[in-house]
Amino acid sequence: MRDVAIIGIGHTKFGRSEKKTNIELQNEAAMMAILDAGIDKKDIEAVFQGAVFPGFEEGQVMPGIFSNSDLGLSPVPCTRFEGACASATVAARDAFMYVASGRYDIVMACGTERALIMGTPYATRTFAMGGHSTTEGPAGLTFPGVFAMAARLYSRNYDIPFDRTLECMAHVSIKNHKHGALNPKSQFYKKLGNLTVDDVRNSRMICDPLTLLDCCPFSDGAAAIIICAADIARKYTDTPVYMLGNGQGAGGPLARIEDITKPPSRIYSAREAFKMAGLSPDDIEILELHDCFTSAELIALECMGFFDWGEAAEATAEGQTEIGGKIPTNMDGGLIGKGHPVGATGVAQIVSVVEQMRGDAPKGNQVDPVPEYGMTDTLGGDFGTLVHHILGRSKRRK
Amino acid sequence: MVGIEQEVYEKKYKEYLVLTLADYQEGLKEGKLLGLKCNDCKQYTCPPMMVCQRCGGMDLEKTELKGEGELMTFTVIRVPPEGHEAPYIPCMVRTVEGPWVIGRLDYDPDKATQDLCGKKVRMKGAYEWPGDKFSGGPLLCPLFELAE
Ligand SMILES: [Zn+2]
Repeated sequence: MRDVAIIGIGHTKFGRSEKKTNIELQNEAAMMAILDAGIDKKDIEAVFQGAVFPGFEEGQVMPGIFSNSDLGLSPVPCTRFEGACASATVAARDAFMYVASGRYDIVMACGTERALIMGTPYATRTFAMGGHSTTEGPAGLTFPGVFAMAARLYSRNYDIPFDRTLECMAHVSIKNHKHGALNPKSQFYKKLGNLTVDDVRNSRMICDPLTLLDCCPFSDGAAAIIICAADIARKYTDTPVYMLGNGQGAGGPLARIEDITKPPSRIYSAREAFKMAGLSPDDIEILELHDCFTSAELIALECMGFFDWGEAAEATAEGQTEIGGKIPTNMDGGLIGKGHPVGATGVAQIVSVVEQMRGDAPKGNQVDPVPEYGMTDTLGGDFGTLVHHILGRSKRRK
Repeated sequence: MVGIEQEVYEKKYKEYLVLTLADYQEGLKEGKLLGLKCNDCKQYTCPPMMVCQRCGGMDLEKTELKGEGELMTFTVIRVPPEGHEAPYIPCMVRTVEGPWVIGRLDYDPDKATQDLCGKKVRMKGAYEWPGDKFSGGPLLCPLFELAE
């Protein structure tokens, strides 16, 4: 396999898109990435896209081929990837493979979503389709419901008093909102930057024990990256970021996972990524993980091996996931603070890690010194699809 | 002429599912929790799937589970998806036969606290969701109640 690099990034503001469609949001992010890379757009040989609910949002399937057309990329192929909230990360992984294999030299991976147009009840219904319809559907289970159940199980598994578990979870929201408020692209820019544990616990109950501030919002937005063969990357940029390793795992119906604080799909995917990169959690200096809910961040940290089982809660409360701690996590605000346009999220996480590695993250969010290795973690459905990417400022160790 | 006679072709054709979702749902309607017992590892699978959920074996037979188990975790849904009316309590139960199942707990949502976790529960019937335009018809799940 050839080495592969990211040479261009694009990321729209997250929040409500009053006017722009999914296709137009995607076009904006794509154009930002093309101009950032400094390539001739005619050099793009294929496009790999995440877009989860365009059919429900705008009655549109295949949004990517219309973006290709609008951008003047046609007739090169565009494929939409399925992986619920991890769709764009799956797209980026396959984009990597097409370049690593030598089939293409320059491709784009991207994603878009316009979930807010659906309104909360309809959006909650469509998002729940990422679970197992026939067993979880009649129970009326939702994603906040799943991570509420995970929080209760977590408290019980590790014998952490329930109130203390909720306090530790609140620290995830406090941290991610703090950094989201500092990120001009986030849905909550300049908002919610000084939350307290009481603010989180006293906000509106969504699925007991998760409150509104334990949850990421519904969001609109898009992101894109330009990926190329490493041997031509320096033609375009002095700061290529290399794709060193990736992994992907598949889950199943929630009941069959059993202990949902240790989903095998995530453990498998993370291990694959570390093995491929030849790195371990100790090497990672910036982590963007899938904090769809506060309890989800704790589970993700442990499954990837950053903390032992049951230790992520107290570590978070101690500041171990902040700048200066063991592993700065979600310094762009994460899904909770920056927003979660599901079809775009995975590529948006990669964009944030690349910004960190260029030293281009906003003040207060930039890790100093500039990180050498970074990682993304994206979850689709209730542990149905897990994808990890490990990025670095230098090529793979041979 | 190359090819296979239609009659021979049809005889070669075989399907393998022992217990379909429709059978499982029909069982729930009658208050039964149906599953599969594996003749290789002797363990249970529920809800039904193609192979044994423990060993992957294909020598399975239909069986009825007791419908008893331990409440492992639950939530009280306050913000429901379209098509459901809150509040209600989805839960995960570890059956005495081993498999975990998703169901609903028949309990006062305003009184549901963490100390419910670990309680013994039993199936008292099924909750029938009428379904919506996406669900392909009505769907049922086990309805549990506290057994202690
Ligand atoms: Zn078996």
